[in-house]
Amino acid sequence: MLTLDQLSVRYGDLLAVDDVSLTLPEGEVLAVLGPSGCGKSTLLRAVAGLEPVSAGRVSFDGSDLAGVPTHRRGFALMFQDGQLFEHQSVGGNVGYPLRLRRRPRAAVAARVAELLALVGLDGYADRAPATLSGGERQRVALARALAVEPRLLLLDEPLSALDKTLRERLAVDLRSILTAAGTTALLVTHDHEEAFTVADRMAVMRAGRLVQAGTLSEVWEHPADADTARFLGYASVLTGAAARLLVAAAGLPEGGSASPVALRRSALAVQATGPLEGTVVGATLAPGQVRLRVDVAGLGELDAVARTDVPLPPPGAAVRLAVDVTRIAAVGPGARASGRR
Amino acid sequence: MNRRLGTIAGLALGPLLVLAVFFVLPVTGMVARGFWPDGAFDPAGVLDVLARPRVHRVLWFTLWSSTVATVITLVLGIPSAYVLHRLRFPGVRLLRAALLVPFVLPTVVVGVAFRQLISEGGPLGGLRLDGSATAIVAALVFFNVAVVIRAVGTSWESLDRRPGEAAAALGASPLRVFTSVTLPMLRPAIVSAASVVFLFCATAFGVVLTLGGLHYSTVETEIYLLTTQLLDLQAAAALSVLQLLTVTALLWVSHRARRRQVAVARTAPRPRRPARGDLPAGLVLGAVVLLVALPIGALVAGSLQTDGGWSLANYRALTSTGSRDALVVPATQALLNSLRTAVDTTWMSLLMGLLIAFVVTRRSHTPAERRVRTTLDGLFMLPLGVSAVTLGFGFLITLDRPPLELRDNPLLVPIAQALVALPLVVRIVVPVLAGIDDRQRQAAASLGASPWRAVLTVDLPAVRKPVLAAAGFAFATSLGEFGATSFLARDDFPTLPIVIFRLLGHPGAQNYGMALAASVLLAAVTTVVMLAVDRFRVGSVGAF
Repeated sequence: MLTLDQLSVRYGDLLAVDDVSLTLPEGEVLAVLGPSGCGKSTLLRAVAGLEPVSAGRVSFDGSDLAGVPTHRRGFALMFQDGQLFEHQSVGGNVGYPLRLRRRPRAAVAARVAELLALVGLDGYADRAPATLSGGERQRVALARALAVEPRLLLLDEPLSALDKTLRERLAVDLRSILTAAGTTALLVTHDHEEAFTVADRMAVMRAGRLVQAGTLSEVWEHPADADTARFLGYASVLTGAAARLLVAAAGLPEGGSASPVALRRSALAVQATGPLEGTVVGATLAPGQVRLRVDVAGLGELDAVARTDVPLPPPGAAVRLAVDVTRIAAVGPGARASGRR
Repeated sequence: MNRRLGTIAGLALGPLLVLAVFFVLPVTGMVARGFWPDGAFDPAGVLDVLARPRVHRVLWFTLWSSTVATVITLVLGIPSAYVLHRLRFPGVRLLRAALLVPFVLPTVVVGVAFRQLISEGGPLGGLRLDGSATAIVAALVFFNVAVVIRAVGTSWESLDRRPGEAAAALGASPLRVFTSVTLPMLRPAIVSAASVVFLFCATAFGVVLTLGGLHYSTVETEIYLLTTQLLDLQAAAALSVLQLLTVTALLWVSHRARRRQVAVARTAPRPRRPARGDLPAGLVLGAVVLLVALPIGALVAGSLQTDGGWSLANYRALTSTGSRDALVVPATQALLNSLRTAVDTTWMSLLMGLLIAFVVTRRSHTPAERRVRTTLDGLFMLPLGVSAVTLGFGFLITLDRPPLELRDNPLLVPIAQALVALPLVVRIVVPVLAGIDDRQRQAAASLGASPWRAVLTVDLPAVRKPVLAAAGFAFATSLGEFGATSFLARDDFPTLPIVIFRLLGHPGAQNYGMALAASVLLAAVTTVVMLAVDRFRVGSVGAF
């Protein structure tokens, strides 16, 4: 189990990581999510032993890692761009950590073949890294990182350099490879979809501080604040009277002083009997649905969706909207308390 | 963190010690002689030196000849770089390698070749250039055009074509594309090459000494004259200090110019076939080839002539000590001495250069650490700024008593030469090491590689070729080094450049013929070394 205890990392005057405490139980995958520059990569590098810790502790299974150099931590780090050794073959790269540990040659070859099969690159052992595509390079980097079954796998934006389709496919593969091997992994990313696909738990960082941590559903259902909600992909956040109106329209009980409410883009759907009314501002056709901007009475301009089997509503058309309760979330510090620390 | 600073100090300790004993001590010793002429501190006397009319003439000539030579070198070198590195035609590789030769030719050889070309009775004797400033400038250009071709050409050949194509698509003429897109992208390489060329011109020694006679003197040759002929150490010290300050300032300016450079997209070189529009650049290249070929041709032709006939007599005479015993040992023995010295110089400068390059390119964790590394980097460039003559003479006057009684140590000459070659080695290896993504080492470390193992995995494969190239340059530098060696070489163990210079100073046609033959021999050996190095295609030569 990885434990970060009030960890801080300082670059000169900049506090890149500010008093972060986190735990990662064995066998789970934790995604640290945040915009670029929030300190998440620094956090990862501090865990790897590549950045000096200015305050706090990094410990693994109860033993403090201060003073343990990177190569003795028994972790493995996979970079955004793989950082393969270009002068070694694919097999040479994957076998590198095994050779460092002086495994017999035959055992190395067998393990390399097994790992390449695991990442779907059977028979690539003799290829040069330069001949691989971006996705293949990342698969090799993953195989190399997994070679000696590290007690903790560190992934620094492992899929960010890839295009969208490949990223989505590789995220699913990554998830199944990590769960199959039972690997404990810390993943750093700015892409919430990647985090949802790959991780069990999520920690959101902003400006060096930990904003929220918990299981995927805890964070997803109760973002700690409006910025977090937006970062998780919620399209808008309503407060005050607008929030109360929306909660009522959704048919939910009003819980005391209403907390802000975050809406997905598809939280409002055009429905003839819907409780809300609004005026269409614009409409575009997307695969499988129509996307609308609607000026909703009492709520302001919001996103909404409509089915494609009705004609595209022209701007100015009056529509009625219903709320999909699975696509809204209560936002606020109250929600944060429900997240496990 | 202090442990990290401790590691830097540990690795840098060896080279620092060498620098302290064999550079700082001799140079300060030499300078101290000037400032404390009779044991009493006399800075006014040094300042008086700078008011002398002859010193003014010397300073003005140094500045003038270096500036003119630098400008001409750029004007000739940039179009040549274009033709040799952007175009594809039969023989381009050979031509590229051939034009690299002048840069590594020993200065003495260049001087001899130009004298042979323009002296009375030489092919261009009718132009009456012997002993003129024009001859000196021409020789400086001859010497340095390779630096510009190399530095600008390697930057140019990998330049992304697309910004230029975008400009052309927006309506820019080829000339406009060059001035508004290509030239700004090349600017760092040009500025860097220009400052190196200026530096080389301003500190040129052998060329000016052999071509300038008594009439023209630069700061460097003046220091030599003041030290050895006039024994005016006060004036020599004044000029040395002035030179050190000027060159340091120049290095700093060039360093700043490189730091400001923007990231330019690099692509694999894709040379194209020459077109009609490339003709002017081709003509410039033709002029450069002529400039390079004429003196070398004159030198080779001269070496094959005796008393009106063609013969190999001059070469056969190399096994003798010359007419009227001009030499203590035969020239062939001097060649062996040169080779042995070059081997020692090479391993010394490589050992120190690699340690320094390694230390200064590690990733810094704190501003203090970065400052330490930058300071070290600059410190080991200092030998560039000190006259080799000052260094050589400083050796003589400071390393002559216990505990540093090294005057007769056979390693003294290689040590001095290694210090002269050191900046070159560091400048070749540093960009390569600095270009390695530090995350490669971090990836290796995270997979379980110890720091030492990470170096073997990541750094070693990358620097193997550049180190071989640096070895070649150090070897060639040693073969041609004249300034410091002229002070330090023992009479019974001279190197070939010393022998050539001595033969030139002795009367007799046979001695002169031998000097020509020895020059050809030295040039040939150096060229073979450099052609071997060129196979490694390291592009950073001259990127100081």
